[in-house]
Amino acid sequence: MSGPVLSIHDLKVHFDIRVGGIFAGRYQPLKAVDGVSFDLKPGETLGIVGESGCGKSTLGRAVLQLIPPTDGKVIWLGEDLAGLDSEALRAKRQEMQIIFQDPLASLNPRMTVGEIIGEPLRTFEPNIGKAAMKTRVKDMMAKVGLLPQMINRYPHEFSGGQCQRIGIARAMVLGPKLIICDEPVSALDVSIQAQIINLLMKLQQEFGLSMLFISHDLSVVRHISHRIMVLYLGRVMEIADRASIYAAPRHPYTQALISAVPIPDPDKERDKHRLVLQGDLPSPMAPPSGCVFRTRCPKATELCAEERPPLEEDGTGDSHMVACHHWRE
Amino acid sequence: MAIAANDADTKVLSVENLDTRFATPDGEVHAVSSVSFDIAKGESVGVVGESGSGKTQIFMSIMGLLAKNGHSTGSARYRGKEILGLPARELNKIRGVTMSMIFQDSMTSLNPYLRISKQMTEVLVEHKGMNETQARARGIDMLDRVGIPGAKARFDLHPHEFSGGMRQRVMIAMALLCEPDLLIADEPTTALDVTIQAQILDLMGDLKRDFGTAIIMITHDLGVVAGLCDRVMVMYAGRVVEKGDVRDIFYRPQHPYSQGLLGSMPRLDKAGESELSTIPGQPPNLQALPPGCAYQERCPYVFDTCRSAEPALRFVDERREKACHLDTLPAPGTARQSETLGVS
Repeated sequence: MSGPVLSIHDLKVHFDIRVGGIFAGRYQPLKAVDGVSFDLKPGETLGIVGESGCGKSTLGRAVLQLIPPTDGKVIWLGEDLAGLDSEALRAKRQEMQIIFQDPLASLNPRMTVGEIIGEPLRTFEPNIGKAAMKTRVKDMMAKVGLLPQMINRYPHEFSGGQCQRIGIARAMVLGPKLIICDEPVSALDVSIQAQIINLLMKLQQEFGLSMLFISHDLSVVRHISHRIMVLYLGRVMEIADRASIYAAPRHPYTQALISAVPIPDPDKERDKHRLVLQGDLPSPMAPPSGCVFRTRCPKATELCAEERPPLEEDGTGDSHMVACHHWRE
Repeated sequence: MAIAANDADTKVLSVENLDTRFATPDGEVHAVSSVSFDIAKGESVGVVGESGSGKTQIFMSIMGLLAKNGHSTGSARYRGKEILGLPARELNKIRGVTMSMIFQDSMTSLNPYLRISKQMTEVLVEHKGMNETQARARGIDMLDRVGIPGAKARFDLHPHEFSGGMRQRVMIAMALLCEPDLLIADEPTTALDVTIQAQILDLMGDLKRDFGTAIIMITHDLGVVAGLCDRVMVMYAGRVVEKGDVRDIFYRPQHPYSQGLLGSMPRLDKAGESELSTIPGQPPNLQALPPGCAYQERCPYVFDTCRSAEPALRFVDERREKACHLDTLPAPGTARQSETLGVS
C-alpha cells in the first residue's frame, strides 16, 4: 500500500467560551480537540470512538475544515488544507464528503431526492447536461439500494434508513476518496442499521474509499473498522489495529469501555467481569491536570496528576499506541 | 422465576388480551394487539422490538398515560385488581407508589422549574403521610443509594444542574421512593454513554436482587436484555411474536424475526469481516397491515399460508410461545426454501 491519503498532525480545536458576568465576562478556551495525530491509508477505515463530549464529531468536522482548526496540520494528499483559501478548499471538497447522524434533518425537505443527490454535481460540474445528470443520479440511487423511479419524491416520503441511503448517495455521487461518517447508524433501528453498515462496507470495497467512522457504539466500530482510535476529552488514549485493541486493550479507559458494552448473549454477559467507572466526564472547560482520564481511572497515581502521558508504542511492533503511565501494570 | 408466576400471590402484574387503538385522521392505528403476559415478584422481563412495535404503548395503556386519541380494551390486573380504565384518582394510588415507570428522556420527565427536593418529597408527603423533614431525609437517603455523590448538597438543585447520567439516577431514585414492587423502565439507558449505562444497569440488578423488585425492561438493545432479564417478549407490529426464557430466545430463537434481529446485531465478542445478516425491507405501516402475518414481507421463510392467515401465539414447548405458522425454523443463514420446510 502507498503512503497515507490523510495525515493529521497535532490537530487542536479550541472554542472560546464566555464565562462570568454580563459586563465583566471573560473568555476561556474549551479544548474540544487537543493535539490529535493520525494517518489514514487508502482504502482504510479508521474508527473513532469515545463518549459524548470527547471531541469525535469536532475532529471529523475539523478534518474537512468545516470548523477551522486552532492549530496543527491536516495534510490531504501531500497538501496542507489549513493554508488554503475558500476557493481552493472548495475544489478539495469533491474528494472528501461527510454523512451525518440524523438522516432526515440533513436533507432539505423542499428538494426532491433527485435534486438532493444531484446538487453536488451541479456545483462541481456546472456544464453537465440535464440528461447526463439524471443518469448519474439514477445510477447512484441504484448503487445505494434506492429505486431509481423514486427520483421525484421528497425526503418525508422515505423512512429513516432510506433517508440515510439518500445521504450516502449524495456523498458518493462525486466519487470522493474520503468519507467521514458521523454516527451514521445511531438513529436507526437494529435491522436497518445492519443494512446501512453492509452498504457502507460494500461501497468502500467497490470504490476503494478511505473512511473515518465516528461512533459511540463499539460493536459497530469493531465490525466496520480496520483501525480504532479511542478519544477522551479531546485527546487520544489509544490507537491500534482492530484485532489488537479488542484482544489486548492497554489503556484503562479502553478496557472500561469495552467491558461496559452489553453483549447479546446471556451467559457471556452474566459471566463477564465489568469494570464500572466511577463518576462522570469532567467539564471540558476545566480538564484535570496531567492525564485527563485520571479522575475516573482505577490506576491513577500522583504521577498522573503531574505529567501528561505521551502517546507511545506498546513495543509489540504492530503500531499499537497508548497514552498511559501505568499500562504495563 | 417464571414458574412462580403461576402462583396468584406472587403475580405482580398480569395482562390479558390487551388491545390499544389510536384514532388518527388517516384512520385507526392498531398499536397493541392481543398482548398477554404476567410478571412475578423479583422477576425481570425484557420487552424488545423496533420503533413502532408497540412496546412502549403496552405500558402507557396500563399506566393510564395514553394520548387522548388512544383507547384500550382487555385486562390488566395489578396484584389481582383490575386497573385498566380506572379513573386517574384511583390510579394515582398505585402509579408512582407501588408501580413506577422511568422514561428514556430524563430531562423532559423532570419538571425543570422545580428543585429535585420538591419533586422528590411531594410523593412522600402525599402518599406516605410523612412530614417535610422525614420526606427530605428519605429523599436524600434514596439519592445516596442510587450513587449520587454528595446527595445532601445536591438535593436542592434544579434538574438542569445534573448531568444526563445523574438525572437518570434521580429519576430512578424518584421511582423507588415508595419502594414499588414493579418498576417499568422504558429505554432507561438509551440516551446515556456506555460507561454510565453500565452503572445504571448494575443499579437495576441490585434492586432486583436486594428488594425483589419486579422489573420490566423495554428496550431495543438485546445486550441489555441478555444481562438483566429472566424472560423476553419480542414484539413486532403491535403483536407478541415470541415469548420465553432469555436463554431459549437468545440461543434458540424460534421466530424468524427474533432470529433476524439477533443476527443483524454487530457484536463486540465476534470479529466481523463478513457481511451482517440483515432483515430486508422495513417495519410495516400499522395502518395498512397486510392480511396474514405482519412479518411476511421481510420473512425469508414465507409461504402461502402466511399471506392469508394470521398466526396465533401458541406454545412450541413448555415455556415458550411463538406466533409463526412454521413448526421449526431452519438454521440461521439458510436461504429462502419455503417449499421444503415443515409446515403446520
